[in-house]
Amino acid sequence: MMKRKRETSMSIKKRGLIAAGILAVGALALSACSSGNPLDSNDSGSGSGSGSNGAVIVGSAAFPENEIIAQIYTQALQANGVKTSIKPNIGQRDAYLAALKDGSIDLVPEYSGNLLQYYDKDATASSSDDVYAGLSDALPKGFEVLDQSKAEDKDSYNVTQAFSQKYNVKSLADLKTVSEPLKVGANPEFAQRPYGIPGLKSVYGVTATLLPISDSGGPNTVKALVDGQVQLADIYTTTPAIKQNNFVTLADPEHLIVAQNVVPLINKKKASERVTQVLNTVQAALTTNDLIEMNIKSSGDAKESAEQIAKEWLASKNLFD
Amino acid sequence: MNQWGAAFLWILDPAHLGGPSGILARLGEHVWYTLITLVIAVLIALPIGLAIGHTGKGRTVAVQVSGGLRSLPTLGVVTLLGLWFGIGLGAPLAAMVALALPPILAGAYSGVDAVERNTIDAARAVGMTGWQVLGKVELPLALPLIIGGIRSACLQVIATWTVAAILPLGGLGRFLYDALPLRDYPQMLAGSILVIALALVADGVFALVQKVVVPRGVLAGRVSEVRVKTARPHAAVSAEAGRP
Repeated sequence: MMKRKRETSMSIKKRGLIAAGILAVGALALSACSSGNPLDSNDSGSGSGSGSNGAVIVGSAAFPENEIIAQIYTQALQANGVKTSIKPNIGQRDAYLAALKDGSIDLVPEYSGNLLQYYDKDATASSSDDVYAGLSDALPKGFEVLDQSKAEDKDSYNVTQAFSQKYNVKSLADLKTVSEPLKVGANPEFAQRPYGIPGLKSVYGVTATLLPISDSGGPNTVKALVDGQVQLADIYTTTPAIKQNNFVTLADPEHLIVAQNVVPLINKKKASERVTQVLNTVQAALTTNDLIEMNIKSSGDAKESAEQIAKEWLASKNLFD
Repeated sequence: MNQWGAAFLWILDPAHLGGPSGILARLGEHVWYTLITLVIAVLIALPIGLAIGHTGKGRTVAVQVSGGLRSLPTLGVVTLLGLWFGIGLGAPLAAMVALALPPILAGAYSGVDAVERNTIDAARAVGMTGWQVLGKVELPLALPLIIGGIRSACLQVIATWTVAAILPLGGLGRFLYDALPLRDYPQMLAGSILVIALALVADGVFALVQKVVVPRGVLAGRVSEVRVKTARPHAAVSAEAGRP
């Protein structure tokens, strides 16, 4: 009885080992594949020749807005005769920057402030131009950012139109004159973050309290602002709800919130004159409002594909004849 | 190991005890939320459960509805109701009541249902009205199971109010939601420990109550096997419990 039991367990163990072996071989084969990837090495010419010479591979982060911008880059380059392919939805910043470094992608749409702080933890720059200037020093060798776009996706303080008119508030600096107590609807960490309650006090001299709503400027935060349970709400600038509810996004003259302009981060080897010119044309045309409109198309009832949204944007802007 | 130590130190730190966002205040809020949830849920579920148990009607519907309520994802319900009701106690309270109804309902109808048929017949034979049978015979005999239902609801409600702090609420969930984005794990763990401790204490209280409410007559002649022999269908709980 005991013996048989042991035998069964042995055979189970063996089977487990075999399975593990198969997995290991599979993994090896896979990793062999990836290291044999011609796009992976530093000089793309020496590879096996698959993947045409100099083709630009555009990657994107795993959220719709970034994928749409990646699609715009891709289609704009293709329309101008640059061989281009796309690898969307790679993941978070760690994942796609690693992909950029190992050469499996060449170009990715980025946000300037977060990108700077990724490579330089102590960066203090916060205005668009300062952040952009800081980037050229902070980026690893072999990579560069092309022109920054006016389009930004960052935290922002929003008020209702009624509130804005009542107190004539258009900027964070105007808040000092508001007589009623101010509540901000935002994630709980807003109580500590430098761009949150403490920054409001130290930079603009405005005292506010936090109503913690853990949905990152999502529907519950929007509802709280509409209902007047908060006077201010932290919402990302490209969120459709800002437009749909006619919220007023307060200006930030002292740059309390770090700039997050859209920038193309590219492998210098692929940044030919043609590529640079095409991407910079796109960059010059892209606005925050465009991003909102495209996010509406992506998240609303239509649920259009990123590819389709990018196509429509390019058609409407008519950038390349 | 280190995290645990840090969490207990966090709880013991006198700076975290008082104030509007201290442990005492949060604990008080949590207990208060739990109490009103249970009161509302009992007011709704107990009469329905007693009616079902007494009349034997509507059991299937009750089982299905309460089964459906159980399967609702609480976090989703809180967020959705928050969009309807706005920020405040209403939305999470409704979600928590929905969570507390099924066990209280089940406790009530199965408690009444499990009362010996002979006992009820005897009560009727001495001339009791339907209401008297319910109030003087069925309810006292069912009380341990009814309290059991409330006890089970109480545990779930204490645990789940934590989740509702996704909206701006007090309660012990605050410690978790506030600490997570700051990666303040000792505080999160401390919050969890407090929730667990509160749940254990509440469960202990209910265990005592459950013992106290057993009618003296039942205690005197308690022979649990007698029930099994009756032809009446039994509550799922008591039928399952005896099996190996």
